[in-house]
Amino acid sequence: MENQSNASEKRPQGGSNESGGLLNSTFLPPFSLKGWLFVLAGLVPALIVGWVVFPMVLYSSQQQPFNFSHVVHTNPDIGIEGETEQELCMYCHYFREDGTFVGIPGMDTCTMCHDDPEFPYGQTEDEKIFLEQYVAEGKEVPWLVYSDQPECVYFSHIAHVKMGGLTCGQCHGDHGRSETLPVYKENRLTGYSIDIWGRNIAGYSKNIKPAEAGMYETEDDEQYLRTIETEQGEETYHIKMSSMKMDDCAECHTIHHQEQNNACFVCHK
Amino acid sequence: MKATEGKYKYGMVINLDKCTGCGTCTVACAAENNLSVIRDETDKQRTISWMQLFKVTNGKPFPDTEVSYFPRPCMHCHNHTPCVSVCPPTATKMDYNNGIVSQIYTRCIGCRYCQAACPYQARYFNWWDGHFPKGTERYLSPEVSVRMRGVVEKCSFCHHRLMRAKEQAYAEDRRELEDGEYITACTEVCPAEAITFGDLNDPDSKVAKLSKHPQAFRLLERIGTEPKVYYISSKDWVRRMADNYHPNEFQPV
Repeated sequence: MENQSNASEKRPQGGSNESGGLLNSTFLPPFSLKGWLFVLAGLVPALIVGWVVFPMVLYSSQQQPFNFSHVVHTNPDIGIEGETEQELCMYCHYFREDGTFVGIPGMDTCTMCHDDPEFPYGQTEDEKIFLEQYVAEGKEVPWLVYSDQPECVYFSHIAHVKMGGLTCGQCHGDHGRSETLPVYKENRLTGYSIDIWGRNIAGYSKNIKPAEAGMYETEDDEQYLRTIETEQGEETYHIKMSSMKMDDCAECHTIHHQEQNNACFVCHK
Repeated sequence: MKATEGKYKYGMVINLDKCTGCGTCTVACAAENNLSVIRDETDKQRTISWMQLFKVTNGKPFPDTEVSYFPRPCMHCHNHTPCVSVCPPTATKMDYNNGIVSQIYTRCIGCRYCQAACPYQARYFNWWDGHFPKGTERYLSPEVSVRMRGVVEKCSFCHHRLMRAKEQAYAEDRRELEDGEYITACTEVCPAEAITFGDLNDPDSKVAKLSKHPQAFRLLERIGTEPKVYYISSKDWVRRMADNYHPNEFQPV
């Protein structure tokens, strides 16, 4: 109220005063400098509460039972073997014979190598926990699953990886090169992980784009390039999803001419 | 609304001459698709049965009485699907690629317009949340979601079995399914083998051949919804029941 009366008084002044600069612009509401300070004094704390404090309250942070280093396991010198990155991933995260995806592998996969609880391969504390508490006891590791979906969601990994030819990293990022597991943040209201669809909460996606020379920063980024045959010829796209929301699925299906796979029952069940 | 033809068109043929009315299809359907029991199952206006079994008789006194049974799944109408054309939030849609009419429970607003529009009464409303007496929740299938209160549900032609068959085919480096790889639970379980399921667009499939049987018919065929569920009966009075004919209109085969 005070701001408005203040502004209406100042307006004719501002119009006549040539040195007012930005504040005189007709595109801005006719607030005085003091008025803008009041706006900022309200807006900034509100944004801090909305973007920082509220997520901290909403999400609980939980640690996994022990740390797991992907980079140690995918190191060809000491870890599992595989010629391509895909093969390295699929050594543990494999497809069963009926085509279903194993997801986070169970203890039977771990004990293919870690079969003796008395014989650790490394020196880390985490491996000791793993061998003593889980291998020796014969228990499954109670991993907190970041990708746990609502029960009405269906997704076929084999359709994308084997038939669609996507690499793991194009959707999951460089997970194979991570040394630590991310903190599991659970939404206290819904019980789902914050990483369920990736972190891009604004829904602003620029992950799928036509590739241009020099647009990717490192050689590693080449794994995200993908050639798609179109009517005009071949086009190369840079596909790296930062979120796995429906819009990203639809966008990728569209450039791959797989629009028929956007039907409801393909993802819902 | 004219249907665009997709590559596949899954459909079903039910031979009423073989059907004994045992009801195994309805039980298998309920178990396969996580149908819950309601607290009072005698309240037949509110029970849910995706595969409904109707009994019809020719109305003649003994010894001329004849009985036939109509197992009635969703017809998956191919043309101007009535439920799809009325649904306000597009919670139900026909996938033209395989002809299956889907129902997205999480998008349904529970207005029940589709229930009113369906000429076959194949749609059911959940008056309560799914009720699974202690212990029975362990028998739920993870491939089908459990419906919540306030949404409409119906037969999905066991769509999850299509997905399962596709994954199996992909694992074996195939893109195409063979005839018989994807069948519904009722088809698999029918002891009289009265139900045949498959791709109507594939001229070599069993179901496509049976659908061209001279005694094949569909329910309410003349309203033009092109159901994908066919029936076969050698009895004229059964075929006459499938539609509302004028006194001298019905043509016996």
